[in-house]
Amino acid sequence: MSKPHPQDRLYSQDHEWVKTESDTVVVVGITDYAQEMLTDIVFVELPQAGRKVKKGDAMAVVESVKSVSDVYAPVSGEIIDTNTALENTPDLINSDAFGEGWIAKIKLDDANELQSLLTADAYEALIKEETH
Amino acid sequence: MKQTPLYERHVALHAKIIDFGGWAMPVQYSNVIDEHRTTRICAALFDICHMGEIEVKGPQALDLLQAALTRNLTDQRIGQVKLSALLNDQGGVIDDLTVYKFQDDLYWLVTNATPRERDVLRVTALLRNLKFDCRVEDISDRIGKLDLQGPQSEKILQPLAGTDLSAIPYYHFRESTVAEIPAIVSRSGYTGEDGFEIYAAADHIASIWDRLLDMGAPIGLKPAGLGARDTLRLEAGMMLNGQDITEEVCPLEVPYAWLVDWNKDFAGKAPLLACREKGIRRRLIGFEIIGRGIARNGYKVYAGEKEIGRVTSGSFSPTLNKAIGLAFVDVEYAQPATRLTIAIRELRAQAVVVNLPFYKRKKKTLTAKEDV
Repeated sequence: MSKPHPQDRLYSQDHEWVKTESDTVVVVGITDYAQEMLTDIVFVELPQAGRKVKKGDAMAVVESVKSVSDVYAPVSGEIIDTNTALENTPDLINSDAFGEGWIAKIKLDDANELQSLLTADAYEALIKEETH
Repeated sequence: MKQTPLYERHVALHAKIIDFGGWAMPVQYSNVIDEHRTTRICAALFDICHMGEIEVKGPQALDLLQAALTRNLTDQRIGQVKLSALLNDQGGVIDDLTVYKFQDDLYWLVTNATPRERDVLRVTALLRNLKFDCRVEDISDRIGKLDLQGPQSEKILQPLAGTDLSAIPYYHFRESTVAEIPAIVSRSGYTGEDGFEIYAAADHIASIWDRLLDMGAPIGLKPAGLGARDTLRLEAGMMLNGQDITEEVCPLEVPYAWLVDWNKDFAGKAPLLACREKGIRRRLIGFEIIGRGIARNGYKVYAGEKEIGRVTSGSFSPTLNKAIGLAFVDVEYAQPATRLTIAIRELRAQAVVVNLPFYKRKKKTLTAKEDV
């Protein structure tokens, strides 16, 4: 089973997590549940820093041996940093999806958008539904 | 979806199940890379019950197979396996299948899962026209098949086998027993490793599965799914029917020219001859990606700005730790060391044509004659 979901962040229905770093900047990654579904991640295509994304845009690509999956921007804003460690060690997402396996930092267009995301408990309820 | 006799076991092992040509098959139990590496360094067990078996029996069984298949089978010995091709009337490949010779008047065709019914129709139609004294029967539903693959396979199977496995050369088989159950043990496979394909009655195949996993677990044997099977065969330069090979592909365009015996008649020979005289325009090649990115089935291949082909198989290679694949390209770009680019989303990835296979196991110096 996937690890418990940290309470210090929010979640999207598409299995991304969003952690507030400052008033205007969030860190984004995919959840442990998502990495478990993907298994053995062997390639991550990161977004360009400076790129503007709208909530729901495909902003990164995560590939396992057998599959290709988009990572969607959980909020709108500008990509200001990416986790370049994933270029050589993409399996950081498998080993530490909520920490070392972060994907990008986004400067928020509108902090109010965070209110549309799920709490850890609500996200857990969602994946329970998916797995049953 | 159709289920193999092992379906309940896959579910109990928490395998991820996918639809493969109408069959509910395990794609992975733990993860593809682990199952792949286990096969390369130890051994893995695969449920291959979805593949087909067609029995050809009667005094003129060989005559029918000679007329139906591209390869000359007159020199095939009892207990020998031969790879061959079954073509359609346009010279396209319906199936690349193996021929098992049990007796002078008894053969099996072991078919891929997807073309099985087309194989039966094709061979039956040829028999109807040629009126040879033999019969053709699809026995797939009565037969189960397991592949035990990897360097430790012989060590794991020997204590359960009713025959001396070291005496079975590559691409040969024995009618014997496994776990006291009548079984056909064939030294062959689809991974590029030493190993065995085991056939037994569908009703009993689960007992063999259980006993092999029990016997092999202390040595490191694990079950493996179609995901690892696919990356293993790709590294070994083996083609996947329905993906690399379709009925639109002629054997001269892929590394199967060696399966064609021009000195005999076979169904589909005339268009194939025409193709040989005209020359082929495209060829299936192996490629490696230089740098980052993984090419997948369907991605476009370019030389400069010119589109010259399509990827048919592409994956990350767990053994080579890089992205590899097979692609159809215009013949002028098929030479090894030719530089290509492949469109991976917005990226144009650099690739280079390489010789097949990508991976070749170190062979023991055995007496077994390598005569596929």
